[in-house]
Amino acid sequence: MEKSTASKHAASQPPYLRIIDLTKKFGPFTALDRVSLEIFDGEFVCFLGPSGCGKTTLLRAIAGLDVQTYGRIEQSGEDVSALPPTERDFGIVFQSYALFPNMTVSKNIAYGLENRKNSKKEIKQRVAELLELVGLPDQAQKYPAQLSGGQQQRIALARALATSPGLLLLDEPLSALDAKVRVHLRHEVRALQERLGVTTVMVTHDQEEALTMADRIVVMNDGVIEQVGTPLEVYREPATIFVADFIGTMNFMPGVIDRAHTVTVGGQNLRCKADGMSAGEKVTVAVRPEDIIVHEAGGDEENVFEVTISEVEFLGSFVRADLVADQFAENRMRADFSINLIRRLNIEQGANISVAIPAERIRVYPEMQ
Amino acid sequence: MSVAADSAVYARQRVKPKASRDDWQMRAFMLVIALYLLLALAFPLYAMLSKSFKNDDGVFIGLANYAEYFGTPALSYSINNSIFIAVITTFITVLLAFTLAYALTRSCMPFKGFFKSVAMVPILVPSLLPGIALVYLFGRQGMIPWLLFGHEIYGPIGIVIAEVFFTLPHAIIIITTALSIADARLYESAVALRANKFRIFFTVTLPGVRYGLISAGFVVFTLTITDFGAPKVIGGDFNVLATDIYKQVIGQQNFEMGAVVSVILLIPAAVAFVVDRMVQKKQVALLSARAVTLQPDPHKRFDMIMLGYAILVSVFILGMLLVCQYAALVKFYPYNLSLGLNNYQFDLMDGGGWDSYFNSIYMASYTAIFGTIVVFTGAYMVEKGRGFDLGRGLFQLLAMMPMAVPGLVLGLAYIFFFNAPGNPLNFLYHSMAILVISTITHFYTVSHLTAVTALKQIDAEFEAVSASLKQPFYKTFSRVTVPVCLPAILDISIYLFVNAMTTVSAVVFLYGPDTTLASVAVLNMDDAGDIAPAAAMGMMIFYTAASVRLLHYFLSAYLEKRTQKWRMR
Repeated sequence: MEKSTASKHAASQPPYLRIIDLTKKFGPFTALDRVSLEIFDGEFVCFLGPSGCGKTTLLRAIAGLDVQTYGRIEQSGEDVSALPPTERDFGIVFQSYALFPNMTVSKNIAYGLENRKNSKKEIKQRVAELLELVGLPDQAQKYPAQLSGGQQQRIALARALATSPGLLLLDEPLSALDAKVRVHLRHEVRALQERLGVTTVMVTHDQEEALTMADRIVVMNDGVIEQVGTPLEVYREPATIFVADFIGTMNFMPGVIDRAHTVTVGGQNLRCKADGMSAGEKVTVAVRPEDIIVHEAGGDEENVFEVTISEVEFLGSFVRADLVADQFAENRMRADFSINLIRRLNIEQGANISVAIPAERIRVYPEMQ
Repeated sequence: MSVAADSAVYARQRVKPKASRDDWQMRAFMLVIALYLLLALAFPLYAMLSKSFKNDDGVFIGLANYAEYFGTPALSYSINNSIFIAVITTFITVLLAFTLAYALTRSCMPFKGFFKSVAMVPILVPSLLPGIALVYLFGRQGMIPWLLFGHEIYGPIGIVIAEVFFTLPHAIIIITTALSIADARLYESAVALRANKFRIFFTVTLPGVRYGLISAGFVVFTLTITDFGAPKVIGGDFNVLATDIYKQVIGQQNFEMGAVVSVILLIPAAVAFVVDRMVQKKQVALLSARAVTLQPDPHKRFDMIMLGYAILVSVFILGMLLVCQYAALVKFYPYNLSLGLNNYQFDLMDGGGWDSYFNSIYMASYTAIFGTIVVFTGAYMVEKGRGFDLGRGLFQLLAMMPMAVPGLVLGLAYIFFFNAPGNPLNFLYHSMAILVISTITHFYTVSHLTAVTALKQIDAEFEAVSASLKQPFYKTFSRVTVPVCLPAILDISIYLFVNAMTTVSAVVFLYGPDTTLASVAVLNMDDAGDIAPAAAMGMMIFYTAASVRLLHYFLSAYLEKRTQKWRMR
């Protein structure tokens, strides 16, 4: 597993949360298989993956709600592996909000503040503060059912933050909301987290959410971590074919390593940055649609070749074109071109154009199984 | 690096989750209630089972009692009789119930609410009452005996009619539910494919309710084969298993033979129970959250036919009650038909007098209060507890068992267990406490399932949130779970109250001179030939149960109004 280099945290600082060789079994089914991970103080980390990949299981293990079968979890340097949730330090927000329906908003937020030697006045003050924080200062006396989904989720967030936990766990918190509210809340949650500096782990299956919100993304599949990295890293340099396929759109083509830094796809040699592979090795070549650029006369790009546009799909601000070329045989490539470019170069179905792929944007993986 | 060395160790080390104080407290609660179920159900059943292998000196004699049972045709023939009655009743009840449920859900006949309420009335009376009504209607000096064309009401005919009356509401509830979850889109597709009405009925309607019909069939079968009230009053010389137990124990003091018959009666009840559970699981799978509710269209002729049918069923049900009420008020049927309250002078008859009526109200109240607390708390601990899977699994099993145990069998098992000389709980025998315990246990399963269903419907993460906020579970339980589940809690308490008022079977072996009950008084007065006072007492039970039902209805409506602010969706 490649280690994040772009982390904004100094390597000298001990991790806030250390997960070591975590395995979780449900009967014969292995939900997590020797997962190890370090999360630093103040970080916003997203667990991203398809359903059933183990991301929620990992979150619930961190919370102590479903304790792992093997492995160790350290929080603030303390071993919490076997502790029940009540003895761990975290606040949690669920997709369902889990607000107590029979209590008003302010009672919900105050719930965790009771029995902690707080005076009534202090509690009232803290509730007002939190309502202010989540931007709903005038909703204190309403019941959850009287609020919109987005408002309910903010109240759930306020309730989780009320006791100032060291760790905030978010289990698909935005998945039940409308698309617009979801986009809006992404920014709010992130801004709030940055303001409070609380270490946060969010589970999501929505890559856009992870890419926009996280400091680092943990991409999971089949109970193992595929890659840990910043949003840019997992997007630009996906470590595995799974990550390349799961995040964003990717063209995959079978290829053969020709010699160092050159791979052959069909009849076309492409320069690339791939290291450590020997000539003749069969590989899978991956290119993002937006990394295929139109070669105009006078340009000095490498990897230039001729293609025919077989199909054009209009997608709003850009166009996705299906490219075919004799040397690629049945392999098609999809390329994204901006509307401006299309207009300027008069690209349309059936046109022949020259395209180029920058060598550093070509990813090469050992052959897909 | 040392991390790698650590790592290898942790990867093999099984984590033993530490239980929190909440976990221990919840397990303790659950264990207490499990212990209750062991004492009130499992141990007594074991005592009864072992009794059936012993002679009256308590010496183990293997299968000798069973050999004697099957060697005595007068006894073993009751098996045939019981199954015969149960099968016929099941067939008739399911047919009648399906037709009424169909009228209630698929027609546009008027007064549906009224007919539905009337159909529920038999739940509010002891199963002895329809028998008494039949005696007045078709008995030797009855009002309309000629309607039987010379047949005798005492025997299978009487039992079947009484059982149909007694089991009808249970079947209607199940089948109405099955019919009302139908998806309108299926019918629209069928119409679009130009299927005619009969084809739609046989290809869409019937397959859609098949599990409901099967489930209703098993419920009716079990209720009938284990019922003791109807055959006792109207059975005459026609012996069934349930009356055999009573006769062996009360009449002949032959406890061992009573135990043998009980074990035999347990078998069909348990089989029906297991099959029904399997069918119910499939029924749940049929439920689709996105189904569009079917709105029936008016069809004048069809609606009129259904209305006529509903009126007929209502006349049957209300007629039985009216006959009982009339019989209770008539001074001396059939010789002096003037009306009066003579028959309400229960203190002048055998059976415990008015005290038994008030005892019943106490007993039903205690059962409702303590039963609801025990059942709901138990269901909460088992549903929301963490870890301790084996214990929780066993608890679930214990909670499901009472449904498969007929009341008479439970009552007899209590005699063997609690009345055993060495048992320190011996003092409970004949007390109010044992009546309450037996009744809670007898009706445990349905109450438990109601509680579990309600608990499953609330957000599964309340406990997780509460734990993250470091609040003890009992705070979540009392401040969130109970308020949110209050409608279900009220349903459980009313169910327990009404059943405690009407039940005869388990308590008939357990009451003492100071703890006679109204339902048992009905039985004993009828036995002594005081049929009119028996009818009067039966109607007292009906009025009490009906009032409490009504009270429950208004309380629920009030509650809904008060909490609608947070219940609205």
